[in-house]
Amino acid sequence: MMTQLLLRFSTLLLAASLGACSSTPQPRYEDYPEPVFAAKRLLPPDHADLTAVYDPREPMNKRIYNFNYHFDHAVFLPIVRGYETVVPEVGRTGVSNFFNNFEDLVTMFNSVLQLQPEKFLHSTGRVLVNSTVGLFGFVDVATKMDIPRPIEDFGQTLGHWGVGQGPYLVIPFLGPSNLRDGIGELPDYYLNSTAQSEALSQSATVAATVLYPIDARASLPFRYYENGSAFEYQMVRWLYSTKRELDVDQ
Amino acid sequence: MTIIKSMQGVIAGCCALLYASLTTAAIVPAENYGYPITDRFAATVVGTPPEYAAKLPKDIPFKGRSITIFPERVTPDVFFYGAELLYSVALQDHKAPLIFLIAGTGASHNGSKNVNMAKAFYQAGFHVVSISSPTYNNFVIAASKTGVVGHAERDAEDIYRVFDMIWAELKDDIEVSAFNVTGYSLGAFNAAYVSKLDETRKTFNFEHVLLINPPVSLYNSISLLDRMTQNIPGGVNNFDRFVDRLIHAYTTTYKKTTNAGGEDFLYEAYQAMHLEDEELAALIGTSFRISSASLVFTSDVMTDFGYVKPKGLTLNRYSDLTLYNDVSVRLGFTDYYHEFFYPFYRADYPGVTRDDFIAAISLEGIADYLRNTPKITVMHNADDIILEPGEINFFTEVFGDRATIYPYGGHCGNMNYTDNVTHMVSTFTQGGDR
Repeated sequence: MMTQLLLRFSTLLLAASLGACSSTPQPRYEDYPEPVFAAKRLLPPDHADLTAVYDPREPMNKRIYNFNYHFDHAVFLPIVRGYETVVPEVGRTGVSNFFNNFEDLVTMFNSVLQLQPEKFLHSTGRVLVNSTVGLFGFVDVATKMDIPRPIEDFGQTLGHWGVGQGPYLVIPFLGPSNLRDGIGELPDYYLNSTAQSEALSQSATVAATVLYPIDARASLPFRYYENGSAFEYQMVRWLYSTKRELDVDQ
Repeated sequence: MTIIKSMQGVIAGCCALLYASLTTAAIVPAENYGYPITDRFAATVVGTPPEYAAKLPKDIPFKGRSITIFPERVTPDVFFYGAELLYSVALQDHKAPLIFLIAGTGASHNGSKNVNMAKAFYQAGFHVVSISSPTYNNFVIAASKTGVVGHAERDAEDIYRVFDMIWAELKDDIEVSAFNVTGYSLGAFNAAYVSKLDETRKTFNFEHVLLINPPVSLYNSISLLDRMTQNIPGGVNNFDRFVDRLIHAYTTTYKKTTNAGGEDFLYEAYQAMHLEDEELAALIGTSFRISSASLVFTSDVMTDFGYVKPKGLTLNRYSDLTLYNDVSVRLGFTDYYHEFFYPFYRADYPGVTRDDFIAAISLEGIADYLRNTPKITVMHNADDIILEPGEINFFTEVFGDRATIYPYGGHCGNMNYTDNVTHMVSTFTQGGDR
């Protein structure tokens, strides 16, 4: 229900933002006098774009990126700040641990699909220890016991079996992704939410659904347009794709 | 000819050595200094390994804020996000001295170096106000009067305006007993000129000023950094292959770790990667190049100068900037000074030649002021990579016993080392006695 509502809301906003801007064409570089350092003189003819990522939907992605920035500033971050004011750090760490425990479950599942016994053992060990001794996951006992924490999601599983990233996508509310990882979100999300509703009472499930995105945002230090680069869209796109490549290789 | 030149070099070197030994600067002997990384390039890249770092509080009330500096300014749409200047504060709830922190080239008010300094000074009982470098994208957009930065006096005026306006917002909320200022790298250079400006403006009457690893001649330092990109095998056009190789080396470490991004990761990665000095230099040059690419593009858009963007062409938030990024990373800071900075300011300084103009962006221009102003102290490293050979002697000669020269640390690599943090704080709490 909640997801449907969010989806509808995002489609509406997207349509609005696309409609508002799609009519203004971009001015063409060639139509203006050459700058001091003109591209055609400076770039070698065979130059490769230094941070190239396959992004055929760039104009739309940029609009969604822009929407995400505004959503982050107007809605997401104020909620996160409120959360950080109301809930003391001990409580927030507990909440993070609680959700990480379900994430470990997702890793367990994907380690099986990737036939990675070591990662399966580690994530299973973590879930077992943290769900019991760690009081339903609120205390991360496993890390104190030095059990490593691998992270494997379904996007990585697809990558593991040779599926490429596909076109880069910026997903409303969620941010940078690509076709493969975007699709990969679905089984992970399904597993995560099923496990939560199995483990929790109905009202606790509602609480978890509300807290999950808040905790996820609070744990992410990234702030839009605060990294000092005038070329943030390209930079984030390149860093994201490179990181995902490394995650698959790991 | 070459022989005569090298002889001259040797003689100059001997004189400098002799001179340095005659001054009273505190040159910390290597055997009394425990900072662990003795390779100047590695120190610059890796910084201080956690077990050697000063014990600082994990959390301080370090809050981001924003302020409008030029209410009339129409911000170009491509930089729609940068209209307000972002800065951070950590304020005491009682009367206390205040310290302004100025970040280094391309660094922000909440970058790791400023955050660490903020923690140290907040812990020592200071109100802390942290600002980005004038070369930082957001500062150029929101707070640079001309949009073209790197000018010693004009940057100082921009910074002073920012300090003034921030203070105007803070003064009803906090009680301040004295004002201080510090900065590292270019931020230290800025702090020296800001201090000079304060002598006439007198808003703050700074009590202490500390310069951490400043350049002497800005142009010399950026030339050194520019040349480091030449260490990329095959030059900047092979940049992507170089990065691929680095990433490959990095992955080898990343694969083995389950704590990527953790505190020890950078040091572990460095230890595992076995990079040569040339490669480390290429890495430093590359990171500097990425900052300078961002800066020149920002300045170009703000002034419509026609440097990499055609004059008259208006970009908006949806424009594809790939081409500008590709062009800008192929240009050095020295290109910027010759083809943008100098032509931009030439009209304001009739009769001054290009070389004189660029040479003036140096601490040597205010050497007399620095020599005769006891409140200014400097901490530097003998092996700093942004200094030309012999430039370190400028500090021992001009500052005398107000200069402390550490044997290692490269460029700002030891800023987080216990001794250095203690030194930094005691400069402001005990007037520099260590």
